Amino acid sequence: MLSQLRPALVLFLALTLTTGLAYPLAITGIAGVLLPEKAAGSLIQRDGTTIGSGLIGQSFTSARYFHGRPSATVAPDPADAAKTVPAPYNAANSGGANLGPTSAALSERLRTDVAALEAENPGQPVPTDLVTTSGSGLDPDISPEAARFQIPRVAKARGLSDEKLADLVAGRIQGRWLGLLGEPRVNVLALNLALDDLVRK
Amino acid sequence: MTLNGWIQIALFCATVLALVKPLGAYMARVFDGERTLLSPVLVPVEDGLYRLAGIDARQEQGWLGYGLAMLAFHILGFLALYALLRFQAVLPFNPAGQGAVAPDLAFNTSASFVTNTNWQNYGGESTLSYLSQMLGLTHQNFLSAATGIALAMALIRGFSRSSAKTVGSFWVDLTRCTLYVLLPLCVVYALFLVFQGMPQTLGDYVEATTLEGAKQTIAVGPVASQVAIKMLGTNGGGFFNANAAHPFENPTALSNFVQMVSIFALGAAMTNVFGRKVGDERQGWAILGAMTVLFLAGVTVTYWAESAGSPVLNALGLPGGNLEGKEIRFGIVASALFAVVTTAASCGAVNAMHDAFTALGGLIPMINMQLGEIIVGGVGAGLYGMLVFVIIAIFVAGLMVGRTPEYLGKKIEAREVKMAMLAVLCLPLMMLGFTALATVLAAGLAGPANAGPHGFSEILYAFTSAAANNGSAFGGLTGNTPFYNTTLGFGMLVGRFFVIIPALAIAGSLAGKATLPASAGTFPTHGGLFVGLLVGVILIVGGLTFFPSLALGPIVEHLAGAAGQTFATGG
Repeated sequence: MLSQLRPALVLFLALTLTTGLAYPLAITGIAGVLLPEKAAGSLIQRDGTTIGSGLIGQSFTSARYFHGRPSATVAPDPADAAKTVPAPYNAANSGGANLGPTSAALSERLRTDVAALEAENPGQPVPTDLVTTSGSGLDPDISPEAARFQIPRVAKARGLSDEKLADLVAGRIQGRWLGLLGEPRVNVLALNLALDDLVRK
Repeated sequence: MTLNGWIQIALFCATVLALVKPLGAYMARVFDGERTLLSPVLVPVEDGLYRLAGIDARQEQGWLGYGLAMLAFHILGFLALYALLRFQAVLPFNPAGQGAVAPDLAFNTSASFVTNTNWQNYGGESTLSYLSQMLGLTHQNFLSAATGIALAMALIRGFSRSSAKTVGSFWVDLTRCTLYVLLPLCVVYALFLVFQGMPQTLGDYVEATTLEGAKQTIAVGPVASQVAIKMLGTNGGGFFNANAAHPFENPTALSNFVQMVSIFALGAAMTNVFGRKVGDERQGWAILGAMTVLFLAGVTVTYWAESAGSPVLNALGLPGGNLEGKEIRFGIVASALFAVVTTAASCGAVNAMHDAFTALGGLIPMINMQLGEIIVGGVGAGLYGMLVFVIIAIFVAGLMVGRTPEYLGKKIEAREVKMAMLAVLCLPLMMLGFTALATVLAAGLAGPANAGPHGFSEILYAFTSAAANNGSAFGGLTGNTPFYNTTLGFGMLVGRFFVIIPALAIAGSLAGKATLPASAGTFPTHGGLFVGLLVGVILIVGGLTFFPSLALGPIVEHLAGAAGQTFATGG
């Protein structure tokens, strides 16, 4: 065992420095030069302030905006650090709801959310993604159906026509990669930014 | 299930299969010390390392020496990582000001990364500094992966050599794997991931003001460099808590596809290395064939179950399958496929919350791990795990026809079968033993977030994942407690080393045997009959061992769900 000590120590140190420092720092350097915006987190600026990342969902509750999916992320309870409180789209603590397929709590939450959406847009089928939480709690996207479902509410709040918003949504649908991989989707933040621009004009 | 879904699955399988031969050929050359494209740059580095460490590259080790070198290296790695986590608060690269990791969590995380498990009781962005992520986790991702491949090479040499005393040099295998295979692939891969939108920065967490005027703190960091090796080395420990479901850790459908391919790439190529080294590539394809049969069966069940939706969703008439816990950019098929891939290999990265899968959709990941992750498996670990089952299958075949079992010209005798059984038995002991313990102790019962059979599944999944060195979780379980940190950490160490050491012993004993020429009575091990036998033995051994536990968890949950029953906590 003792004769193995020198190779073990030296190799461990050398490979630690190579793979644990040189490699990540080199990638950081190269990425910072070649792809600076992406390496920094695809941040979006408007009027000089950072409003978020194009890849990270954010919480929308106003009727004037399209909403993302329910988010199960939490934050430490300010009153008791051992507990947590709901904090939707907390991008410093990602995570899902982890409620199983026979969970009464999940069933109850779905029932409430479906009823609320049905009241908002009667007669239309409620899109599943608008009542299910995402894995990360930070899902930036909704399905095209979920975007269309919200058009009447947003149109009313903004005083815009349904047709105008339908055009806006249609222009924001991202298809599958090469028509094959993934699912069609709409980035909620990008859609809402376009919506604000539409109103500004 | 849709046509597009099956096309995505077919495209995945085709891409992995297309990589088997080129990667296998390259790796076989690397471990033989032959010249490759990268030799002009890397040979001087490699030689320099050996000089510094006092290693003679031509001096090989017997199985015991090989094993001791491996253990010495792991003990060092464990201690260094533990120290790093405990002291991260006073070390550099800590812009978010993370405090020291608690002792039980540091033990769990160290055991987890040293054993290539990468179970996440730590919270990534909420627990670890950038230095811990790079110097601790990224680094262990490389070394635990290289160790797995090195050990598989030792076992391969056991089969390919005749009357030999040595199985290779651990130091040389480890160095070559890191320098020639993992590092170059990771450099290209990490840059591709940044191109897809993955952050790679040492800057502070970003403070944003959302469109509605709220504050949002966005965790960033050196993500891409870690994710590249996390997937390629089948480690699976996330930079972020939500792992590959996090948009920064898996930004696009394309990054998701490439991540899935990279989980399988090296493990699948190892079967080809095996075939080349034993002088008959068909032997490698036969093993990959058995893996593929089991894999496709698993994908079909999980994809079907997730597409069919969960009982609570269907009760409200919500269409489109079980989207709870899944991301829109991946949808049902890419989430179901990812779950099967990550548990078939010992990766454990997740792009959707397995805890929220349907009962049967979550059953398959559990079975994949309980079988010992031999369906492609962890890099190296999958091959040596599968070869252990090959030995048992050959032994069973020998019993049936009354001949001394032989595999690739090596007589399989009592010692090999005993060692194979030791490796096969230690997994259920850890998985089922600790699950049983946790279900009777208050500290264990405090863990599950879900009630009823699903709560039991959360515990069973945790110990299964730990002992199999997978690292994925039914994430509702509160695992960051002294009880779970300790028992899961222990399960990981036993699950790793009590498979590795018997596998090395088999390598040593096989290498010492003479290779017999094939005769008319030799059972051919490259055809469909052998593949069928191997699959049968795996399913019978795995099924008999684990069916009762699965019946108490996912199976009863499926039946209860179908009957419209739900379970409330505290009721």
